[in-house]
Amino acid sequence: MAICNTVVPIKSKSGAISYKAQSQDEDALVNAAARLHMVYANKNGNILEIRFHGLIIQYEILETLEFTSDRKRMSVVVKDCQNGKILLLSKGADEAILPCASAGQQTRTFVDAVEQYAQLGLRTLCLAWRELKENEYREWSFMFKEASSTLVDREWRIAEVCQRLEHNLEVLGVTAIEDRLQDGVPETIETLRKAGINFWMLTGDKQNTAIQIALSCNFISPEPKGQLLLIDGKTEDEVCRSLERVLLTMRSTFSQPKDVAFVVDGWALEIALRHHWEAFTELATLSRTAICCRVTPSQKAQLVELLKSCDYRTLAIGDGGNDVRMIQQADIGVGISGREGLQAARAADYSIGKFRFLKRLILVHGRYSYNRTAFLSQYSFYKSLLICFIQIFFSFISGVSGTSLFNSVSLMAYNVFYTSIPVLVSVLDKDLNEETVMQHPQILFYCQAGRLLNPSTFAGWFGRSLFHAIVVFVISINAYAYEKSEMEELSMVALSGCIWLQAFVVALETNSFTKLQHLAIWGNLIAFYIINWMFSALPSSGMYTIMFRLCRQPSYWITVFLIVAAGMGPILALKYFRYTYRPSKINILQQAERRGGPILSLGSIEPLQARTIEEDVSPLSITQPKNRNPVYEPLLSDSPNSTRRSFGSGTPFDFFQSQRLSSYSRNCKDN
Amino acid sequence: MEVDGASTSNGGASTSNGRANGGRSRRTAFDLFKQQQLPACKPVLTPVWVITAFMLIGSIFIPLGLVTLHASRSVVEIVYRYDAECVPKAFRGNKVSYIKNGSIPKNCYRSLKVHKHMKAPIYIYYQLDNYYQNHRRYIKSRSDQQLLHGHAHYDTSSCQPEEYNNGLPIVPCGLIAWSLFNDTFTFIRGRAELKVNRKNIAWESDRDHKFGKKVYPINFQNGTLIGGAKLDPDIPLHDQEDLIVWMRTSALPSFRKLYGRIEEDLEADDVVFVTLMNNYNTYSFGGKKKLVLSTTGWLGGKNDFLGAACIFVGSSSIILSIVFMLLHVKYRRNYRGTSYLSWNW
Repeated sequence: MAICNTVVPIKSKSGAISYKAQSQDEDALVNAAARLHMVYANKNGNILEIRFHGLIIQYEILETLEFTSDRKRMSVVVKDCQNGKILLLSKGADEAILPCASAGQQTRTFVDAVEQYAQLGLRTLCLAWRELKENEYREWSFMFKEASSTLVDREWRIAEVCQRLEHNLEVLGVTAIEDRLQDGVPETIETLRKAGINFWMLTGDKQNTAIQIALSCNFISPEPKGQLLLIDGKTEDEVCRSLERVLLTMRSTFSQPKDVAFVVDGWALEIALRHHWEAFTELATLSRTAICCRVTPSQKAQLVELLKSCDYRTLAIGDGGNDVRMIQQADIGVGISGREGLQAARAADYSIGKFRFLKRLILVHGRYSYNRTAFLSQYSFYKSLLICFIQIFFSFISGVSGTSLFNSVSLMAYNVFYTSIPVLVSVLDKDLNEETVMQHPQILFYCQAGRLLNPSTFAGWFGRSLFHAIVVFVISINAYAYEKSEMEELSMVALSGCIWLQAFVVALETNSFTKLQHLAIWGNLIAFYIINWMFSALPSSGMYTIMFRLCRQPSYWITVFLIVAAGMGPILALKYFRYTYRPSKINILQQAERRGGPILSLGSIEPLQARTIEEDVSPLSITQPKNRNPVYEPLLSDSPNSTRRSFGSGTPFDFFQSQRLSSYSRNCKDN
Repeated sequence: MEVDGASTSNGGASTSNGRANGGRSRRTAFDLFKQQQLPACKPVLTPVWVITAFMLIGSIFIPLGLVTLHASRSVVEIVYRYDAECVPKAFRGNKVSYIKNGSIPKNCYRSLKVHKHMKAPIYIYYQLDNYYQNHRRYIKSRSDQQLLHGHAHYDTSSCQPEEYNNGLPIVPCGLIAWSLFNDTFTFIRGRAELKVNRKNIAWESDRDHKFGKKVYPINFQNGTLIGGAKLDPDIPLHDQEDLIVWMRTSALPSFRKLYGRIEEDLEADDVVFVTLMNNYNTYSFGGKKKLVLSTTGWLGGKNDFLGAACIFVGSSSIILSIVFMLLHVKYRRNYRGTSYLSWNW
């Protein structure tokens, strides 16, 4: 345990030894060995020092056969400096080590032990060793060096060479490691499920381990509420039949509230992906929960790709180096930084510290970001269209000759100074409180259905800009007719009308007014006047004295206010009407929020377009089709019973009416 | 990255997800800004507010509209279209050749009846209809530099084709100056001629800063095509107020430009005799010429539109607020207590 790893011990000043390991497992093993008095003390070049009860034993590392996800084991060839013996030490998954055991060994006990540990949800590893003869080693070493330095097919050659050495092993024992779930994982999964996100768990652990972990964090519910369907098989036909069976069950129970999930093993997954793509794709669209065990990093990426091809928005979340490919493949990649280094965090679009932050990332920040982006993009179109329409209308009365009503300075400053500031602060706009959103994650459906940014909302903004252009144009033309109809003055009247209208449009669309919003909206209006006064003071500009003249005329102010009233009145009336008599879910929540009354949710979620989140659990990756969050970390507490109790026997999928709320609140109270 | 010992995940997770509100006194405003937790006011569109808002709009705009309408109605205006009538009967069939023929006298005598008392100063405008001073080629056909500084060393290429004539530069160049309006009006009331003040009709800012005191018209209106008035080459542009007024292009195809002021009152039932010189050619493009005598109010000339529009907006606001009030009373929604959300989409 102490030798067969890639750990580097670091001696601190006080003499205590800390370990720098690539994975938490190795770290745990080395520390466990240290507790058993086999302390891994030092590493100098190739010489390892082990301190056993004060006695120092030295080993020289001759070769390290690195861990690959194909072989699923790692080995080291060491030479015992005391007696010159060459040993091969191996460590890996049980299905990788046990078949290589020498014939005649009683593997029965080991298999049972592994099963037992897996039942408890622990991560198992097998240890084995073999003594090598000098010439055997030398021969093999030569082949290994040759394979390591080839330019073509290096991995395959190395794997082949390793295969030659790792046979006839003598199994030493089985280790089990507990990988605790982070805090808050079950609630996060629960909440995001309510938001309509499907979760898949992709892991490299054994099937039993994965199922136990899933049960413990309410990822799946035990019988009879939930049903777990297995897809297994070693050959193509077996997998096909299994897949068909599961598919049948899925189809028939799709409309029922029963919580059906399927489990698939790495081998079977490989075969399914290669030979039964369509069937598996259909299964993927039907299921809301899935567990895939013993998946390799490339399979994780393949699964994400499969779900993307089903038109799902995928989010992949993971924390280890083996999740990097999956994270990069998904639409949104989230990396959890910290536990296993920063590889996942560096490759991801978003990097968070703990899994439970995902809830906030999606529900709060993701949702706000959607709202704000929708508003900003449509508003930008609106303000440009407004000016364009006015110019078009003007061209009808200028002989269609292409005269611009607005002078070039105004046009240039329009987009930059006059209209961009108010919307810059709209990135602080919050339509619903964070608490409300957390309590009602179903509101995310609104975003998923694209209710805020779709052709009809865009048509609404387009119509609004047309209406406002007509209002501004008609009023300015008629109010400033005949003797007042000078070009510069009329253009400034129309521009003032536009700017005032937009200030009010932004004000109407803003949901929460901070000081910054007030400053931006009203300050922008004042800045408009100040800028124009500055230009009106320059004798060489075309606008000389225009603004001063205008501001002294009462008819200018009456015209401007008339434009505002005529333009905003219908908009306000329409918005009020919709808000009060045809409220959308967001509006209802807003009203309730501001009144402070409690809101109860009724009805079940029937997502039309669910999103999946792929979750990755440590070496596991969970991919979620459509709103599945694939990040998930297994939580094993000290005893399985206590774990189950604290999570309330897994009834989060008991929907309908207040029961859901009460069960949810029960969960909350427990945690 | 360093891994400290055999650490598992942090047991002591913080109580709330994210940052909790309040309770931290050391947070500056900038921190609040970064965390998007600035204190905000979230207005809600309650029926009370909206109905009040519409009532307010109505109650502001209706009186405003009435005041404006009254101001506009109190302006007295006489508009007289003369371009059709002032063509002698013989030439009615071919007005264009009439206007282009320099040998035909263009005098025209008309009388205008004043129907209401007009208080001085009375503004005299000439109104042109269907005259597109806002055409793009027309608008750019001027050189502001030349108007201010004279013909030396300035790029006047935008003035084409009225830039050079017989090799000599034209000052002021451009189509706008070339098409200067040249009808004249004189007014006689009773026996005496009404004095028309033709000074101070242009903007002061234009006079002082856009047209040079030392710039004299050169080579102006010397070409084969005559577009309008001729300018006295001895008067600098600074004092050529008609030109200055004309160069302030209008944005609409129907516009009025100031001709002069009458500094006396005109009583009701007065008859004013007008001697028009019908020089300007609007016949080639179907334009109309009108003579306008108008008083002004605080709102400017006669314009019923603002008043009518204000009243319209105000009354529709009131109607809307009444409608919303009725709706509110009829379909009273309970805002207090629990509200139920059904998530069946």
